[in-house]
Amino acid sequence: MTETGTTLVKRGMAQMQKGGVIMDVANVEQAKIAEAAGAVAVMALERVPSDIRAAGGVARMSDPAMIEAIMAAVSIPVMAKARIGHIAEARILEAIGVDYIDESEVLTPADDNYHIDKRDYTVPFVCGCRDLGEALRRIAEGASMLRTKGEPGTGNIVEAVRHMEKVNQDIAHVHAADDNQLVTLARDFRVPLDLLRDVHDTGKLPVVNFAAGGVATPADAALMMNLGADGIFVGSGIFKSDNPEKFAKAIVTATAHPTDYALIAEASKNLGAAMRGIELSTLSDDQKMSQRGI
Amino acid sequence: MVIGVLALQGAVSEHVTLLQTLGATVRELREPQELAELDGLVLPGGESTTMRKLLDRVGMLTPLRKLVASGLPVFGTCAGMVLLAQPESLNALPATIQRNGFGRQRESFEAELAVTGFETLYHGVFIRAPYYSAVDPSVTVLATVNDDRIVAARYQHLLVTAFHPELTEDTRFHQLFLEMVTGK
Repeated sequence: MTETGTTLVKRGMAQMQKGGVIMDVANVEQAKIAEAAGAVAVMALERVPSDIRAAGGVARMSDPAMIEAIMAAVSIPVMAKARIGHIAEARILEAIGVDYIDESEVLTPADDNYHIDKRDYTVPFVCGCRDLGEALRRIAEGASMLRTKGEPGTGNIVEAVRHMEKVNQDIAHVHAADDNQLVTLARDFRVPLDLLRDVHDTGKLPVVNFAAGGVATPADAALMMNLGADGIFVGSGIFKSDNPEKFAKAIVTATAHPTDYALIAEASKNLGAAMRGIELSTLSDDQKMSQRGI
Repeated sequence: MVIGVLALQGAVSEHVTLLQTLGATVRELREPQELAELDGLVLPGGESTTMRKLLDRVGMLTPLRKLVASGLPVFGTCAGMVLLAQPESLNALPATIQRNGFGRQRESFEAELAVTGFETLYHGVFIRAPYYSAVDPSVTVLATVNDDRIVAARYQHLLVTAFHPELTEDTRFHQLFLEMVTGK
């Protein structure tokens, strides 16, 4: 009679987040700031990506007690990250009742070969992607929501732009292809034919796709929305800025009104310094999180 | 017939597509001046706290409250059902709201519902859904879950559902709303 964990309620949950901002928070106080600023959800993790970069070592799932404290403190949805391929971390997060699990390249991958089979979890998953191949592979594994990988913890938007544009170019290419090219395209993209055919027929992904990885300012959020993002994840950008409350509020405003530039200008005034950021050419390939789990 | 869909956050495009399929002209609403000359209004699903803050921030909360009080037909789904009943939001529907009443996302569910006025069962999609635990006697209850949780209701010019008709292909609730707009 009633059924939980269906594809429709898992994908639908992400649809309800559209046009919103999901903020990384490291404690209850930050979660409350995010909620007050108008975040549609928070991502509970002990260290934001820029701190994970700085700390080095192995980055793992956060302490369940810390995640539960945040779940108790706010009424908006709470997400948390599991390592790529780490089915036990994901089951633990499901057991404590987080609303969404991010199988995330920000953490150190646990499995070089396989992502989590996300289909038989009741809790939905979001995964990162750089192109249509990654997007559809994650959907085939059961992801209910996508986001660009960008380059987390850098405050540099260029990779997120690249990934959003690449996904959209790939979709346009598949949509315009002849029917008899689809088998070959499915082989080239390394994706199941039925999912590729769906993109061919509809001209869009079957799940929402947010921007993530490098959003540091209200203008960055507006840029990504204009490139076709359904919403925004902000990791280090808010709580590594001079004034988290104002940054959080301004990024929410810019995401909801991405073409109202007078309004974004007003929201962007006197915010103080954004997070410092990293020029990507100074990162070696093995320092790039976006290369993980493709 | 122009139907406005509040477009600050949430499942906006799903409502727009459905309303257009049914022949309505749709306007997405992001600022106060867009509220003029509407025949009906849809408040979509999404995060009600976010929507209320954004309404306040762009100066839409007070004009919207006036518009709803003036008798404009309104259809609120999920977050919209919350906003219509909350005293601090639109304060238009006399009911006690339980936000996320069914629990967190893992408790989100699909269920077959008996809806007053519908000849066959309706397939409801509930996502971190609210419900009304009590309503004024003047509110018409259209559907319940577990007998006492009110998940669809009608009150004067207002129609609310705790579930998401915009995520399915069943257009009966949108049709009912458009009939309220045209006064059939």
